Amino acid sequence: MVNYIIKRLLALIPIIIGVVLIVFLMIHLIPGDPAQVMLGERGTEEALAALRESMGLNDPLYVQFWRYISKLPRGDFGRSIISNNPVLLEISHRFPATIELSVFAMIFAVLIGIPAGIFASIHQNSWFDNLSMSFALIGVSMPIFWLGLMLIWLFAVVLGWLPPSSRLSVGIELNNITNLYVLDSLIQGNWPALWDSFKHLLLPSAALATIPMAIIARMTRSSMLEVLRQDYIRTAYAKGLSGRIVVYKHALKNALVPIITVVGLQFGVLLGGAILTETIFSWPGLGRYLVNAIYARDYPVVQGGILFFSITFVFVNLIVDLSYGSIDPRIQYD
Amino acid sequence: MKWRSLSVLLVLALVLGAFSLSAFAEGKYGGTFIFGRGGDSVGLDPIQVTDGESFKVTQQIYDTIVQYKPGTTEVIPGLAKEWEVSDDGLRWTFYLREGVKFHDGNPVNAEAIKWNFDRWRLVDHPYHIGGDFTYYSYMFQGFPGIIKEVNAVDEYTVEFVLTEPQAPFLNNLGMVSFGIASPAAVKKWGEDYFKHPVGSGPFKFVEWKKDDRIVLEANEDYWGGRPYLDKVVFRSIPDNGARYMELQAGTIDMMDYINPEDVASVKENPELDLVLRPSFNVGYFAMHQNFPPFDNVLIRRAFNHAINKENLIGAFYAGLAQPAKNPLPPSLWGYNDEIKDYEYDLEKAKELLAKAGYPDGFEFDLWYMPVPRPYFPQPKLVAQAIQYYLSQIGVKANLKTVDWGTYLDKYYADELPTYLLGWTGDNGDPDNFLYVLLDQTQNNCGYKNDELHEILLEAQRTVDHERRVELYMKAQEIIHNDAPWVPIAHSTPPLVKRSYVKNYIPNPTSTEKFHRVWLDK
Repeated sequence: MVNYIIKRLLALIPIIIGVVLIVFLMIHLIPGDPAQVMLGERGTEEALAALRESMGLNDPLYVQFWRYISKLPRGDFGRSIISNNPVLLEISHRFPATIELSVFAMIFAVLIGIPAGIFASIHQNSWFDNLSMSFALIGVSMPIFWLGLMLIWLFAVVLGWLPPSSRLSVGIELNNITNLYVLDSLIQGNWPALWDSFKHLLLPSAALATIPMAIIARMTRSSMLEVLRQDYIRTAYAKGLSGRIVVYKHALKNALVPIITVVGLQFGVLLGGAILTETIFSWPGLGRYLVNAIYARDYPVVQGGILFFSITFVFVNLIVDLSYGSIDPRIQYD
Repeated sequence: MKWRSLSVLLVLALVLGAFSLSAFAEGKYGGTFIFGRGGDSVGLDPIQVTDGESFKVTQQIYDTIVQYKPGTTEVIPGLAKEWEVSDDGLRWTFYLREGVKFHDGNPVNAEAIKWNFDRWRLVDHPYHIGGDFTYYSYMFQGFPGIIKEVNAVDEYTVEFVLTEPQAPFLNNLGMVSFGIASPAAVKKWGEDYFKHPVGSGPFKFVEWKKDDRIVLEANEDYWGGRPYLDKVVFRSIPDNGARYMELQAGTIDMMDYINPEDVASVKENPELDLVLRPSFNVGYFAMHQNFPPFDNVLIRRAFNHAINKENLIGAFYAGLAQPAKNPLPPSLWGYNDEIKDYEYDLEKAKELLAKAGYPDGFEFDLWYMPVPRPYFPQPKLVAQAIQYYLSQIGVKANLKTVDWGTYLDKYYADELPTYLLGWTGDNGDPDNFLYVLLDQTQNNCGYKNDELHEILLEAQRTVDHERRVELYMKAQEIIHNDAPWVPIAHSTPPLVKRSYVKNYIPNPTSTEKFHRVWLDK
């Protein structure tokens, strides 16, 4: 097990080098550079040359690449060209917001997606099956910016039940420890902040949950259908076990591996930052930040951000792989 | 008689009552003002940033030596209560207000001002760090540029010695970029100063949550009087539609950048007001004279007659713009309102074409930018409309575009025969439009006129304001006759506020101080 984890972590090194190289080349191949975007109409030749010089953009690409990669082992991701802040610091400000939103969205997705999938599989081809699978199809294909605006309009503007966007109301005070607001307010016993940050999470995480929820529901249904046809299920029924026990103890446990895989993958994707949801709900997370950095051609931020995302993704996958063992004892790590 | 005196008394009482009521209504102290905007600030050291979202906030935290009168670009006293300039225009002396303090308690005196300017202009200054000081070199022509010396004559007198006269010098000093920072704070934080701003402005910095909000609180000791508001919060709400919903829900008090299609619903909503920022920009269609037949003034005038600006503005600016006849926006001093624009007249345009030797028209490339700009919110649609208007006089325009970075590249390389572009002012001086955009040493439309060049140079060297006005009036006449562009529009960017927000006066320069704003709720 330990050997396996070490092996997986070592495999990170070529992944990191590959990601850095590809991202570096791609972003430098897009026309336009940060100096030009920054100066816009004011980009006279002299002004551009001076700014490029001070940004270090006049050096040959391989020099810039070496400068970047030689600092990485020390955990130095460089400084943002635009804000002059260390990239890791900028990411660390935004990542907790993304984690909080992703976790809540996944809770929504799992709590609704899995039971819906199970129920649909047990009652295959019933009206509930058809209805929930139609919803799942709509969920996968719904444009989030439209859904998000509709949710804000209904729950914040018309009904006034929930706040329209951001993480905390103006006027609610909260000291930041982890920057995960729900956790911070729990630690400090700050109940108004807990209630407020929870209310702020509902709309964006509901919007963000639609796609993973739909995928999870569909995966649960098909995985369960497959298991329910197995001989041992028939045997279990023949033993006279109740439907409940058969479904939850025998079928679900065996159907769980592909479901966990999908949940893990979806969670990994969400952790990269949900650009549209973060934009509509003014959520100060990683996705929005990275997209702005791409527009501004803020090279170190784009490189650092994508690298960070890749590493997170690998870790989530590793955790998913390790969890298989606890579900299915036949799976061995070596 | 008795009744009459009684009624006189009654009227008097009513009038007095109304006065005292209005006096009461004029400014209520307290409250938090939440301003919703599209993006976060990049930094809060005004000399290091170039983006509007940073300037909106630094405008509240810092003071400048002089400032602009609310709603205009006219210079009025700031940290300096008065000033004088030597006859040769090389020596400016500023007399500072006494007793003004930075938010950290240190005095704003001649030494502090000298320290700030030295930090900006001298590349070997120990605190010339943390960025590129872009606007300093841009407005004062490099490091140290035209500011040869800054001297603290005594505690409250500071003197600037220039290498050559610069007419817009005073206007430049009022720019939000040149906000005076507390030297002690800059020394304390070094490269991280932009996260810990300390100025002497009406609001003090409290907290910055990245991509979420910046919180400021009233500076009780502000020299211009304690602000009405207790707190100001700038919230980043990137999506225009979502921001407008926040305003409707009442979770923000004011916003900028509304979608043009939402303007109508603002006008119908009694709880919301539309506030138009005076225009400080120009969007134009340029014809490059290196590319025949645009070297022929008759063709350029024909184009000026063929384009219906009123219709363009109605269709693509939601009416929130005014047609342009000069390169200068009308909010600037020196604007020549005597000039009569080329009227929309297809017959006249056709006549001019025939006179120029093109009775059957011709074909050319028309470039438009791929991104919306303040002066062209919908460039592609404007280009298509121009294409249509020109087809009415038998001229065929082929529409072309490319990504924004490359577009600017091609523009500077003089590769675009005709193109849409524009400009937003920096310092409220006509030089910043006329010289920068149209002088023969500066422009990228192949336009040459020696007389204009002389006039623009003289205006740069002249300190006398009246004389400069005359020169710029003349310059605009010449430009009108030579018709290097079809000036299209000066847009007036809309802001929307809840109706209880009072006394918000938008400035053409895109930022304004909030200390006179108050909330009637």
